[in-house]
Amino acid sequence: MDTKRTVFPSQGLPYLLVAPQLIITLIFFIWPAGQAVKSSFEREDPFGLSTSFVGLMHYGRLFQDPAYLASMGRTALFALAVTVISMGLALVLATAVNRLIRSGTAYSTLLLWPYAVSPVVAGILWWFIFNSTTGILPYVLEFFGVDWNHQLNGGQAMILIIIAASWKQISYNFLFFLAGLQSVPQSLNEAAAIDGAGPFKRFWTIVFPLLSPTTFFLMIVNLNYTMFDTFGVIDATTAGGPNQATNTLVYKVYSDGYIGLNLGSSSAQSVILMLFVIVLTVIQFRYVERRVQY
Amino acid sequence: MASIDLKGVRKVYPGNVTAIHSVDLSIEDGELVVLVGPSGCGKSTLLRMIAGLETITDGTISIGADVVNNKEPAERDIAMVFQNYALYPHMSVRQNLEYGLKNRGTPREEIDRRVAEAARVLEIAPFLDRKPRQLSGGQRQRVAMGRAIVRQPKAFLFDEPLSNLDAKLRGQMRIEIRRLQRSLKTTSVYVTHDQLEAMTLADRLVVMNGGRIEQVGKPIELYDRPASLFVAGFIGSPPMNLLPVETLAAVAGATMPTLTPGADIVGIRPDQVVLGGGDGIALSGTVELIEPVGGESHLYVRVEGIEQALILVQQGRANVGEAERIDFVLPIQALHGFNRESGRRVE
Repeated sequence: MDTKRTVFPSQGLPYLLVAPQLIITLIFFIWPAGQAVKSSFEREDPFGLSTSFVGLMHYGRLFQDPAYLASMGRTALFALAVTVISMGLALVLATAVNRLIRSGTAYSTLLLWPYAVSPVVAGILWWFIFNSTTGILPYVLEFFGVDWNHQLNGGQAMILIIIAASWKQISYNFLFFLAGLQSVPQSLNEAAAIDGAGPFKRFWTIVFPLLSPTTFFLMIVNLNYTMFDTFGVIDATTAGGPNQATNTLVYKVYSDGYIGLNLGSSSAQSVILMLFVIVLTVIQFRYVERRVQY
Repeated sequence: MASIDLKGVRKVYPGNVTAIHSVDLSIEDGELVVLVGPSGCGKSTLLRMIAGLETITDGTISIGADVVNNKEPAERDIAMVFQNYALYPHMSVRQNLEYGLKNRGTPREEIDRRVAEAARVLEIAPFLDRKPRQLSGGQRQRVAMGRAIVRQPKAFLFDEPLSNLDAKLRGQMRIEIRRLQRSLKTTSVYVTHDQLEAMTLADRLVVMNGGRIEQVGKPIELYDRPASLFVAGFIGSPPMNLLPVETLAAVAGATMPTLTPGADIVGIRPDQVVLGGGDGIALSGTVELIEPVGGESHLYVRVEGIEQALILVQQGRANVGEAERIDFVLPIQALHGFNRESGRRVE
């Protein structure tokens, strides 16, 4: 593809035009990130009067800290569960809506609403539904012999944040899956039907492989989402508890830094998270755009 | 291999839009029938109803001895070649060919044998391990054909398979499809809007218009004796000249013959018009435009008193120039009479 090159009257103009974007990025992203990297190598005294360079001490300690390693495991479980659940349900919903001809738009609009709900509100919503004293679901679950109390039971707390985070993300995945499904030509489905493949076989051998670029893209986006954007959901429902059971990596950055006031360790943790994002983004750019095609 | 029978077939879409009005058609075993007509005439809908991709509102469709109205496309044992080929983009050519056979549980050796045979016939053996996007339009077309023939179905259905190819390739593939169909002797239904393709391919031609069949017959029969005004105007290039009788009578004067009662439009093929003198309706006019096609020339002649220009075909090079006056004759035996109101032929 040949791209059109614009010729500017003066050499400075293009730089001037991109300057606002560059300045915003530098002040609000690059500089704070640089500060985090810097303070992850430093130790500050309790009164903030002096800092000393400690090298990789914070990193070393983190990887020996059982609480941190446990949080890593929890985050992996959380990220995987949310990605699988929200993508799975979104694919089912998108396939269902894709079969509709006239009412499709109405369903799509309704299914998009959760995405417009802010993470904190989503969290509180589910917190109410699952509230062990006033919530409707624990009341129902009691008939099945389940004693629901996510304020005491760590496993249940994890289930709660997985549900809340997945619910919010389904809309986004749904939209992409629906667009992906609509770009699969109808004639392929028809050809496969004539070739003797039933609806399920058609889906798994024709439609699903053709959706692979969308699926891969969403996988990366969802992993990113669960690792970083779920802070609001967790803070509003469980606040990392009970007993650290929902303290994921991103929540730990906050609780160690702002509540525990261990700025050095918190910075080191955010630098590690930053590396995760960088790796995921690189994978996304390299593979989504080159490898995953047909 | 089987015959295909359509009895009183109708298609009504939601909202009471009738796409097909009661069509009766029987296609014999081994025959290649071409459905031709302008876009929106219902030819593709009819084909898709035979394939099982559209439901049948009324009437019956049978393939061989079985009524297939309620059968899934897979159970009808037909193969279809789509306009956009519909090759599975994530599979290699070989996998594309094997897909239908695997779904039917054909044994491995049999699959290999049939794929090898199809690849040999269609000369696609060198590309078997490539993906469809690595192939040219003509090669994709061959693969689509291959996918149909490996199945050895009762019938082939073609939905404008050549319309995405350039003119030269279209001509080549047309001949190949004809040759292949002759050697396999598989009953085929072929849909096209291109009347030249239709004429050259068909054993029998079905001209459709507005969801109805206008005429069925051998291509030459349709050319020689069009049963309606629509067929007369649709088949043949350049198209038949169609003139209102009263205008023609006013211009022709004494040379105007008495026509069959009821005929108020007469038609004449451009190549039947005789330049110079002779028996028939004598006319004269001014040459407006000459289209040299190579082997023949098309003359657009303006006759005073007649609204539209008449088209004349002269073999070889035109021996008149533009803006010159010429005399010509419409031989009586070459005239086709039609009734304007019914649109049908009057004998």
